[in-house]
Amino acid sequence: MRSSVTRRAGRGLRTAAWALSVGALAFVWLFPLLWAVATSFRPPGSLGSQIASLWVQHPSLANFREAWSEAPFVRLYYNTAVVVFGILGAQLVTITLGAYAFARLEFPGRDLLFRLFLLQLMVAPSSLILPNFVTIKTLGLLNTRLGIMIPYFASAFGTFLLRQAFRGVPRDLEDAAAIDGCGTFQTLWHVFVPLARPTLIAFSIVSVVYHYNEFLWPLIITDTDRARTVTVGLASFTQSAESAAQWNLIAAGTVIVILPLLVLFILFQRRFVESFMYSGLKG
Amino acid sequence: MFLAVFTYYPILTSAELSLYRATATVRSHTFIGAGNYLTLAADPVFHQVLRNSLEFLAGTVPVTVALALVLALAVNRPHLLVTPFRTAFFYPALLPLIGAAAIWLFVYTPGYGLMDVYLRKLGGGSVNWLQDPTWALPAVMLVSVWKNAGYYMLFYLAGLQTISAELYEAARIEGAGAWHTFRSITFPLLGPTTLFVLVIASINAFQSVDQIWIMTAGGPDNTTNVLLFYIYQMAFMFFDLGKAAALTVFLLAVLMGIAALSFGLLERRIHYEV
Repeated sequence: MRSSVTRRAGRGLRTAAWALSVGALAFVWLFPLLWAVATSFRPPGSLGSQIASLWVQHPSLANFREAWSEAPFVRLYYNTAVVVFGILGAQLVTITLGAYAFARLEFPGRDLLFRLFLLQLMVAPSSLILPNFVTIKTLGLLNTRLGIMIPYFASAFGTFLLRQAFRGVPRDLEDAAAIDGCGTFQTLWHVFVPLARPTLIAFSIVSVVYHYNEFLWPLIITDTDRARTVTVGLASFTQSAESAAQWNLIAAGTVIVILPLLVLFILFQRRFVESFMYSGLKG
Repeated sequence: MFLAVFTYYPILTSAELSLYRATATVRSHTFIGAGNYLTLAADPVFHQVLRNSLEFLAGTVPVTVALALVLALAVNRPHLLVTPFRTAFFYPALLPLIGAAAIWLFVYTPGYGLMDVYLRKLGGGSVNWLQDPTWALPAVMLVSVWKNAGYYMLFYLAGLQTISAELYEAARIEGAGAWHTFRSITFPLLGPTTLFVLVIASINAFQSVDQIWIMTAGGPDNTTNVLLFYIYQMAFMFFDLGKAAALTVFLLAVLMGIAALSFGLLERRIHYEV
């Protein structure tokens, strides 16, 4: 009897130690974000020693107002939205067709082609900035949103994920669809796509996050605000504010840029975590 | 309809592949053979860039992966706090690297930046992190560790779920301690996950340079200049397209090397799932 009490006490103590140590580490991990949020609400110009703390004495929205007026955020957001969803739309079409071809169609060289595709998983387009830049320039698409999007229209990663999902579709369902008079595309649309929905959602989330955050590529393709995305806007904004040590302003700009994804993440936490987990499991 | 898929698809594939081949055409302005490669081989900055890239790789990958494993083990239990903890570790992966770097720029600000203020409280001295040739690269590397550890943690969590509880039960009955259990059950069974994460992390290490762009621009004195950033500099700041193309080929060779090393094992993983 007594031993069970001590054992329970011991376990409680160990849980408390666990919560404290992991909690402390989690706090360290969160600190940069918490600091950025706190600082963005501090009145402009208040530097001094309190800038490193998380406490805000007189919260104000002045930084957000100033940041908002100093960079064309509406334009930047619009560009990012077009780019992100444009890429996603094109990708969903190409990976569906591609994955179907690799999963179900027999054609010479299929396996070799698939291996070539897998190779692209290893070589993210960011290492190909130069050749891709030359291609976009030749196409006359510099400074356009389309120029930012084109290299991503096909996705080896997505094709691969979806191929795995399509291979799990029972042949019987396909045959049933064929008997009902469905053509290839109808079968694809009515049988394969609905069954692969979790994969498609996971891929979409990963794709949106990736392209929202992309920086180097849109930076190279654009040299005016016309097609610039939020990350590029934030970078030039930060550079000019850094030289003036306007940290409150930088914090506000950063919060404006990271907010959309962060809000989505908080709302659909499980979905996000599952999607990213899934992308690794299958990748 | 079949035809449509057949033709549509190769076109996309070749469009994609043509992006790769474009590397070679850049140099054809005037043919100088291996000239660019020879210049690079003799370029002291290139040597430094290589050293930096290797240091970045060796300094971030093992630390991040080990940390990811530790975090995964720490939050792999049923408890009310597990979800907030996981969120805290994972969220940096969702932030744009450039936004995260803007925050870390302040962390490293000399004098009143977070790092200096809190180190001073612990009795440490003041360092100009991003301008100091010794500290600039580690400072940039730390951002990368912070950002990716939680992401790789997810893969380990997924891996941990696949280990059967019976094995742990058996180990408990045999009277194995926590360390022993980890060494003879958990770690070996996470082997495929570790391999996978190592590959992803290595490839990422060569391709994440956004923070360098805003935090140090490769400086001071090229101490934070890594391969991809050097390509960017060469092509878009010095406009030496030939050399940049040669660098791209080199980077691709490195990535292909990593790919080749891991391909066999990854393939095997794929077959498991079919």
